[in-house]
Amino acid sequence: MLDRTSGPLLEIKDLNAWYGESHILHGATFNVQAGEVVTLLGRNGAGKTTTMKSIMGIVGKRTGSVKFEGRELVNLASDTIARAGIAFCPEERGIFASLDVEENLMLPPQVRPGGLSREQIFELFPNLRERLKSQGTKLSGGEQQMLAIGRILRTGARLLLLDEPTEGLAPVIIQQIGNTIRKLKEQGFTILLVEQNFRFASTVADRYYIMEHGKIVEQFANSELSKKLDTLHEYLGV
Amino acid sequence: MEINLPALFGQLLIGLINGSFYALLSLGLAVIFGMLNIINFAHGAQYMMGAFVAYFLLQFAGLNYWWALIVAPVIVGGVGILIERSLLQWLYKLDHLYGLLLTFGLALIIQGLFRHQYGSSGLPYQIPPQLTGVRDLGFTFLPNYRAWVVVFSLVVCFGTWYMIEKTRLGAYLRAATENPTLVRAFGINVPRMITLTYGFGVALAALAGVMAAPIYAVNPTMGADIIIVVFAVVVIGGMGSIMGAIVTGFGLGVVEGLTKYFFPEASNTVIFVIMVIVLVTRPAGLFGRAA
Repeated sequence: MLDRTSGPLLEIKDLNAWYGESHILHGATFNVQAGEVVTLLGRNGAGKTTTMKSIMGIVGKRTGSVKFEGRELVNLASDTIARAGIAFCPEERGIFASLDVEENLMLPPQVRPGGLSREQIFELFPNLRERLKSQGTKLSGGEQQMLAIGRILRTGARLLLLDEPTEGLAPVIIQQIGNTIRKLKEQGFTILLVEQNFRFASTVADRYYIMEHGKIVEQFANSELSKKLDTLHEYLGV
Repeated sequence: MEINLPALFGQLLIGLINGSFYALLSLGLAVIFGMLNIINFAHGAQYMMGAFVAYFLLQFAGLNYWWALIVAPVIVGGVGILIERSLLQWLYKLDHLYGLLLTFGLALIIQGLFRHQYGSSGLPYQIPPQLTGVRDLGFTFLPNYRAWVVVFSLVVCFGTWYMIEKTRLGAYLRAATENPTLVRAFGINVPRMITLTYGFGVALAALAGVMAAPIYAVNPTMGADIIIVVFAVVVIGGMGSIMGAIVTGFGLGVVEGLTKYFFPEASNTVIFVIMVIVLVTRPAGLFGRAA
């Protein structure tokens, strides 16, 4: 384990981010090891989505350090960050209305070799195969989420940022997304997940970070979950 | 009323020719507006530059019409790319109005420079020898060059439509029109795509200018004359709709031609009357999606 990937795959230090005048992230520090599923928990407005967007370079201004495979990304443009091998699935899913399902699926360019093939994606999400010629936004919410996840698996990126993939979905679909995340982990993907639904998160995550007011205030492993329930309730107000 | 067929077909043909230019120009405007959110008021000046570059190529470099069809759009498109990099890229976050004002100012400057240098009487440009002559269709005479203009602009328009609606490159363009931030976060260099799109739209205007040179003569004000009608066409078709720009361009050319035959007094205003009616009944345009 002495190769250059022996450090954390993603290492975030003292990350600050602003939308216009409002200062959202106040020195967030955390890391993700290769092969892990790590979940960011926190109330609405705690800065979880902003953290994702700051990693991708799509917020107005950011300072601090975002290192991926040891490479500093904090001052790079988002297309360069994506090409470093990070793929982003936004909360609003970002399915394009002017593209059909197939075009949506094929849109993100391959940034590295080793992405899933179309067939492998259809094995994970059989519904997509039937709907290739439909307009992207004509799919159901669950299918749109599958498309949003499926299309970034093609790119060869090894770090996936999934922002609330279960939001607004039926329980049976949430289960399917959970199965998918576990399969992806088995295949060696590293996943940073933002979730409000910590019951769902507990079925897939290795570790948790809790965010509040733009900072990481607590971290624990999935094995400590039962001991931490009170703390969790306090922070999340559930 | 007795219908005089040769005269009717004559006007229809003129309508189709004008429609070819309306379609090519409004197509370029639609492509630029979709991607850049800028109403390119310099489009007429860029069309005029296309005609002038064709003239210069012939006078000073000995390159004929066929060369000009390729070289002039490349040169004028290159000028467009410089304009986008140096000026337009700073305006994307502002209201449409700023882009419109900037390109309107550019149009006035470019036209002023050309008029200062070349006067306003116009320079002659010959029809290429391969396309001189007239075809007798029995009911009317069809000048070969005009037939070429109609056919070639149809090919260019539908080629552009196909590229945008049916290819992978076009999927990038459509996606970036909808959500440029996300497309960029997938690893696509969106700023470069925007620059090239502007260059392409400008090149379409220049191509129309080259095609117009043998018909209307090369004149510094040729763009200012046509661009007002073209903007009316774009408003009628709906801003940003590719097929809308093409169909409306040809359609309104034909409507204008028919009006010249049936009610010549209205032929200069018919497009604007249609524009008013469309704006009142369908503000987003015939093919536009309401914002």
